[in-house]
Amino acid sequence: MAKQAELIKVGIADMKIVKAPDLIRTTGLGSCVGIVLFDRARELAGMAHIMLPDSSLAKTGTLNTAKYADTAVKELTALLLENGARKYSLKAKLAGGAQMFQFSSGSELMRIGPRNVEAVKVQLSVLKIDIVAEDVGGNNGRTIEFNPKTALLQIRTVNNGTTEL
Amino acid sequence: MSFINKVSGMQLDILKEIGNIGAGHAATALSVMLDKKVEMNVPDVQVVTFDEMMELAGGAESLAAGIFLRIEGDAPGSMFFMLPIRHAERFIREMIGDSGYSIDSAPPNEIALSALQELGNILSGAYLSSLSDFTNLALYPSVPALSIDMAGAIISFGLIELSQAGDYAIVINTVLNDLDSEDEEIVQGSFFLLPDPESFQTIFKALGVSENG
Repeated sequence: MAKQAELIKVGIADMKIVKAPDLIRTTGLGSCVGIVLFDRARELAGMAHIMLPDSSLAKTGTLNTAKYADTAVKELTALLLENGARKYSLKAKLAGGAQMFQFSSGSELMRIGPRNVEAVKVQLSVLKIDIVAEDVGGNNGRTIEFNPKTALLQIRTVNNGTTEL
Repeated sequence: MSFINKVSGMQLDILKEIGNIGAGHAATALSVMLDKKVEMNVPDVQVVTFDEMMELAGGAESLAAGIFLRIEGDAPGSMFFMLPIRHAERFIREMIGDSGYSIDSAPPNEIALSALQELGNILSGAYLSSLSDFTNLALYPSVPALSIDMAGAIISFGLIELSQAGDYAIVINTVLNDLDSEDEEIVQGSFFLLPDPESFQTIFKALGVSENG
């Protein structure tokens, strides 16, 4: 009998991995970036909900690696490799990094969405992982769900409906 | 260890009083603006994880109107006035005097959205100025910005500053209820005050409480 598909939820500043037929999802991405790394043939995927671009921004000793773009991408890759993914077949899909509020003052804090996206891309290129699809920027929130079986990323927004990448 | 993990009961009570005074003034301002009776609940102060913060705001995916402003000055922080979308719609109807207004109408009604932003501006201004008087701290609110979207996407923006110092937020949450005898349903909005981690010490000091509680 086929296993009942479960929906694995990834919280804010959190990362998890999933194997088909299970699905993985994170809700309410604003300036945060949701990244999915997957090995299509192994039907294995990992998702992280990243809040900040760089772990050097951390002001305390204990580091939540899922929170920062640089550490989250590395950690998620390592986690997938440990669980049977092959480095050369890893691909990435990204969503999020929006600018939720429009302010006249262009402080660095206000640009956090685009900065998160840039940081994730830098880290992926360091690890030589290709981005096969992305839906980033803009000024709307997103909820994303990934199916490791089909390698499709479903993106739900309030105003632009649901799309699949 | 960060301060948030060792906050005392007494300190939480002080923060609760801050929410009480701030939201009390905001409730009065709202009452005058709408010419109606407005009630507020006893403020709730909690140390929460970011995921719990989303739940407080009604769930990460729930549709909400959020007015956000940054507080600069002696005790920096972020502030939100959040309304579930249907409640925001009803506030707008009362403010612009158009009982048929719908937030889904396209193109977006600029006056309606501006009215909602102004509502947030007045309420958070009342909240902050009373807080400033009470603590004798200089607090300067930024121009408020409005977003109508998933509550999680809105709120997480206010957590950016906090998230650099840890994985918890101290949130001072007060709910305002607009009471109208003709409506069975009450219209409500919530204030979330999220002081930056460094601001707690300043606030407690201003009120004569030592940080060690």
